[in-house]
Amino acid sequence: MFPSQPFEVTVDELKHLVSKRALEGETMLLNMGPQHPSTHGVLRLLLELDGESVISCIPDVGFLHTGIEKNMEAKTYLQALVMTDRMDYLNTVGNNLCYVLAVEKLVDLDVPPRAQAIRIILTELQRIASHLVWLATHALDLAAMSTFLYCFRERELILDILELCSGQRMMTSYIRPGGLWRDVPPGFEEAVRTFLRDFPARIRQYEGLLTDNPLWIDRTRDIAVISGDEAVGAGLTGPSLRGSGVDFDVRKAVPYAGYEQYDFEVPLGARGDVYDRYIIRMEEMRQSLRIVEQAMNRLPKGPVRSDNRKFVPPPRSELGTSMEAVIHHFKLWTEGFKAPKGAVYLPVESPRGELGCYLEGDGSPRPYRVHFRTPSLTNLSALPRLSRGHLVADLVSIIGSVDIVLGDVDR
Amino acid sequence: MDAVRETQMRMIEKSVAALRKEFGESVLGVETFRDQTSVVLDRAALVPACTLLRDDGELRFNRLSALTAVDYWPKEPRFVVVYQLYSIPNRSYLGLRVPLHGQSAELLTLEAVFPSANWPEREVYDMFGIKFLGHSDLRRLLMPYDWQGHPLRKDYPLGYEEVQFSFNHDEIDRKKPYARE
Amino acid sequence: MGVEQKLGNMGAVTTTLEQAVNWSRTNAMWPMLFGLACCAIEMMSAQSADYDMSRFGMELMRPSPRQSDLMIVAGRVSRKMAPVLRRLYDQMPDPKWVIAMGDCASCGGVFNNYAIVQGVDEIVPVDVYVAGCPPRPEALIHGILTLHAKVRGEKIKDWA
Repeated sequence: MFPSQPFEVTVDELKHLVSKRALEGETMLLNMGPQHPSTHGVLRLLLELDGESVISCIPDVGFLHTGIEKNMEAKTYLQALVMTDRMDYLNTVGNNLCYVLAVEKLVDLDVPPRAQAIRIILTELQRIASHLVWLATHALDLAAMSTFLYCFRERELILDILELCSGQRMMTSYIRPGGLWRDVPPGFEEAVRTFLRDFPARIRQYEGLLTDNPLWIDRTRDIAVISGDEAVGAGLTGPSLRGSGVDFDVRKAVPYAGYEQYDFEVPLGARGDVYDRYIIRMEEMRQSLRIVEQAMNRLPKGPVRSDNRKFVPPPRSELGTSMEAVIHHFKLWTEGFKAPKGAVYLPVESPRGELGCYLEGDGSPRPYRVHFRTPSLTNLSALPRLSRGHLVADLVSIIGSVDIVLGDVDR
Repeated sequence: MDAVRETQMRMIEKSVAALRKEFGESVLGVETFRDQTSVVLDRAALVPACTLLRDDGELRFNRLSALTAVDYWPKEPRFVVVYQLYSIPNRSYLGLRVPLHGQSAELLTLEAVFPSANWPEREVYDMFGIKFLGHSDLRRLLMPYDWQGHPLRKDYPLGYEEVQFSFNHDEIDRKKPYARE
Repeated sequence: MGVEQKLGNMGAVTTTLEQAVNWSRTNAMWPMLFGLACCAIEMMSAQSADYDMSRFGMELMRPSPRQSDLMIVAGRVSRKMAPVLRRLYDQMPDPKWVIAMGDCASCGGVFNNYAIVQGVDEIVPVDVYVAGCPPRPEALIHGILTLHAKVRGEKIKDWA
């Protein structure tokens, strides 16, 4: 089935991308292969090096391409939800939220306020968890190994909360069209409040390790500086864009899911280098805590699923008494709900940037076309511009600061 | 909140009006669905329209948010390339749709106007086979470089493999290419 | 093979030799960093402080295949990645073992389509399959301990 030798992308293929000096043998072409400790996943980079400095860097992606978009066209809207977790696997709740908001917009379904508040709590907790993994791997690449262990320890607390609600640590599929899968269990509030109480001290601990550390500053200051306009042109979003001073956060610009009710700030950077992006992400963790606290204080009581039985399955207790409930249950679980003809585009703010879902329905219970505009794809396409002129060791910092997740890039 | 929404709607109306004024018959239609507006453009008008939307002092659509395509096989026009433009100062999204026929699935690249269109266009080429003329580096992005076919087209099979249950376990076991050493 | 012939019928000696060699193989089995997708994050969690894998001798995760014994295929293998996987497996020196971690590596998982190899055992011979999507770190550790038990049961004639 498989060829005995792996395919090679030869220099002939890429002649138009490398400089003349490479073809003459003056500079070195180095392959930073799909399996590499610092590429944060299966990313292949073809580097043209002059000694240690990078002249050009050609990313080769697609090693994790899963065909999610085509596969979702073959499933009903609810079945397809399961696949969205697995795209950006560090922001699973956020991916669910993006897709579910798009479905709800397409079928024009309202969500009760309690479900909205809990969705926001879980999404912000997931943002903190994603930033913790970013910090762990970024610091690990720059040889700050203890940060890796501390961050994963904190992340376990968040995963415990997610497991409490949904039973699964990572791929929760807890957010469903119409609300949530089910209400949060009794231990939820206590777990979240304990986390809110203990986490700020931990952020201070990480900052104490890294922020004023001369080694850290040496490796991150003035690396990959990019100006605001160039960043917008290159397609950066998220903390990488805000590091250059451009104020674009989808939660503030086009508020969704109730974010307009909460009071939080969006940190901006001044210089646009790796250090600024680090500071922004640390501050974003604090702002997320702020949002979670406000949401917990105001958590309204009430149902967590919409009443619209055409789209949301009825609770099991109703099935014993109402014939209509049985019919709705049957139709929803065999055929699925039908969406109208039309297309929507719904952007949300993932920890990496603008995650958008373009969803087109055609009157059948299956989506006609689902496309995810993922932030890591466009962020990664800016890598050649960011890494020009830096050393290979800086390339590791840059990849870490752009915070790509290959599942997001390749889908 | 409603004041912001009002300004956004007014910006969208102004953009549509500006496009209609400048491009007349190339604007094939305006679709509004769930408060999102999409302007259907003819393929020749795409690059000038985006340049107008980007450079206009009031409209300032300075970011290309999303670029994708939809395949309507077997109906014609077969492909529709969908763009989402975003204006950071005005906080509004505008959609553009460019229908293409299956036989002539080619379009001018938007790389000159928005450099961030580079990789999304490569992805659309890879998945649908739509060629972007003038693109600096049009090769496959996600599939292996020698893959035949364009996966997201509707006439491309899903590649579904039969699921192994207990009744067909041995049959599938025999056919599956296991690696033995 | 050669050892058995030379020592002939000295059963007691070969048994002790087997035990000694298998014990040393299991106690310092170095995994290769082969995290592809979501399962890689759970593998990293298994490596970190809460579910420590270094108590089983797996402190060092070697990125280089030349220096590792165990390949934990953590994540979905796409058709583009498959030749790379085979090449890395071939570069690992004997003795080597493979754990297919997660549903996607075991059988294709949720993704039954053109892009994903339906089970990594189409490419490399797998010793232990760990189910889950993604498997909990404890499940991965259970899989590793199952592999250790399997290795301890190996006989001289099975050795490479």
